[in-house]
Amino acid sequence: MDTNTIYVLWLRDMKRFIRARSRIIGMLMMPIFFLLGLGLGLGSLIHLGTGGSYFDFIVPGIIGMSLLFTSVFTGSAVLWDRQFGFLKEILVTPNSRTSIVVGRIAGGGTTAILQSILVIAIAMIIGFKINLTQYTILAVVFMALIAATFIGLGLTLGSLINDFQGFQLVTSFFTMPLFFLSDSIFPVTSLPAFVKYVIYLNPLTYGVDGLRNTLLGAGTFPIGTDLLAMAISTTIMVYIAVYAFNRTDVG
Amino acid sequence: MDTVIVKGLSKDYGKERAVDKISFSVKAGEIFGLLGPNGAGKTTTIKMLTTLLPPTGGNATVAGFDIKEGQNDVRKNIGIVFQDPSLDDELTGRENLEFHAILYKIGKEKRAKKIAEVLKLVELEDKADVFVKNYSGGMKRRLEIGRGLVHEPRILFLDEPTIGLDPQTRRHIWDYIKKLNETKKTTLILTTHYIEEADYLCNRVAFVDHGKIVALDTPKALKDKLGGDVISLQVDGEGDNVAFVKSLKVLKGVKTILKHDDFIDLTVGEGERRIPEIIVLAEKHKAKITSVNLHKPSLEDVFIHYTGKKIREETGNAKDNMRAIRSRFSRR
Repeated sequence: MDTNTIYVLWLRDMKRFIRARSRIIGMLMMPIFFLLGLGLGLGSLIHLGTGGSYFDFIVPGIIGMSLLFTSVFTGSAVLWDRQFGFLKEILVTPNSRTSIVVGRIAGGGTTAILQSILVIAIAMIIGFKINLTQYTILAVVFMALIAATFIGLGLTLGSLINDFQGFQLVTSFFTMPLFFLSDSIFPVTSLPAFVKYVIYLNPLTYGVDGLRNTLLGAGTFPIGTDLLAMAISTTIMVYIAVYAFNRTDVG
Repeated sequence: MDTVIVKGLSKDYGKERAVDKISFSVKAGEIFGLLGPNGAGKTTTIKMLTTLLPPTGGNATVAGFDIKEGQNDVRKNIGIVFQDPSLDDELTGRENLEFHAILYKIGKEKRAKKIAEVLKLVELEDKADVFVKNYSGGMKRRLEIGRGLVHEPRILFLDEPTIGLDPQTRRHIWDYIKKLNETKKTTLILTTHYIEEADYLCNRVAFVDHGKIVALDTPKALKDKLGGDVISLQVDGEGDNVAFVKSLKVLKGVKTILKHDDFIDLTVGEGERRIPEIIVLAEKHKAKITSVNLHKPSLEDVFIHYTGKKIREETGNAKDNMRAIRSRFSRR
């Protein structure tokens, strides 16, 4: 692992992110619609058994969703770089593939976290209240782990799939179930057992629960369980991404 | 001392064999050229030598390191200028060079100096801070060449370095390549389908056709192999050419005769004196000559001698063109 390599790839992503304002706005649109539509609209009909408001419940879920989609999309950078030939330029330099993957995750993760913070800010304007505890700062850690897990997934798919249309189909095949079969938009507790097990296998469940623990001070699992689960899923996905990236074709 | 040693290197794409057990060595400090038509396997060879593509068979060492086992050591010692664009459009020219320099771990001070030097060389100083997406094709090409030089590699691969450049810039690049070779002793391996480029630059040239090396020597030795002059006759296909060609074979001083398309190429001594005799023979055998051309042999003539066809793709036959197109697509 080489900090120099990680830094320069991170820097490249930052430069591109800051310069592409339209992209930032575009990526914020979906979480905003979800906040308004699900959070306020549908939320006015829903009364949670736990007593909290549905809007507060769903904000961490929407942050999780926005992290999931942005992160998997970030993985498609491999496809773009292959298309524009830049991938060759990176791969022919004397840098380990692991550092390159970690650099990519660092860059994409930072942009995803910045975006999530913007989403939280917008949610707070609408009426979301953070319950400040000593754990609140850990929310950033959960965001980073969610981002790393799913950028890993995106990089894996981007390394294995060579065409854009195929990539879009396959990513929605992954992202939709990951989003809906998690505890992002509904509490898991009241569900039938077989659905519960599927949801318990989904890393996003623990990521979003971690965000609830840190932002609201109320989650389904203990915060330690969430952290452990996310650490495991991140490790596994980064390994898979490095493996897939090693075998990618430069085009 | 040989700095690149290639032994029986092969690459298959499915059933198609792009590179077929080629072997050659490149001496340290040499300018070595791979000359051949598009789709001959030159780029595939370069990709294998630069560790971007695993070979199907055979092996090679570059700068003393195995291209399969010592990939990272190979990468430390080489630079490459790719044939297709490989720049980040959303960064400026200078940022592209900086990115490259950091990836090669060049310290800050040296980095600034090298980048300024390279920008001057490729004449992009005043465009350095413009986004690459606003560059013209020629400017992008020049930036790519400049980038390959930033980290001063021991061995520099150039894949069709001057493709798509205007003649003036091409000259410029050639002179710089020569200078680089002389002053820094950089070993240069280039692929090209421009005959003049290979002739002007290379110490030694390998002709590549259908994934194989068909000849390898200095440009002079290759040309001397043909000897004398080349007379190129364009003939009308309707005449009785068989008898005419047969009669040419016994003409004084004729060394080789090669028919390709509607051309007959003769290598002869004292070409000027043979032309009248050839005209007489043509009349006698009722062959219709539509044009005559006499010249000293060029690398192109030597290439035709070995492969029976010209290098440039537009004159290649349909099958070769298909191969070229297919190999271009299958690279994606």
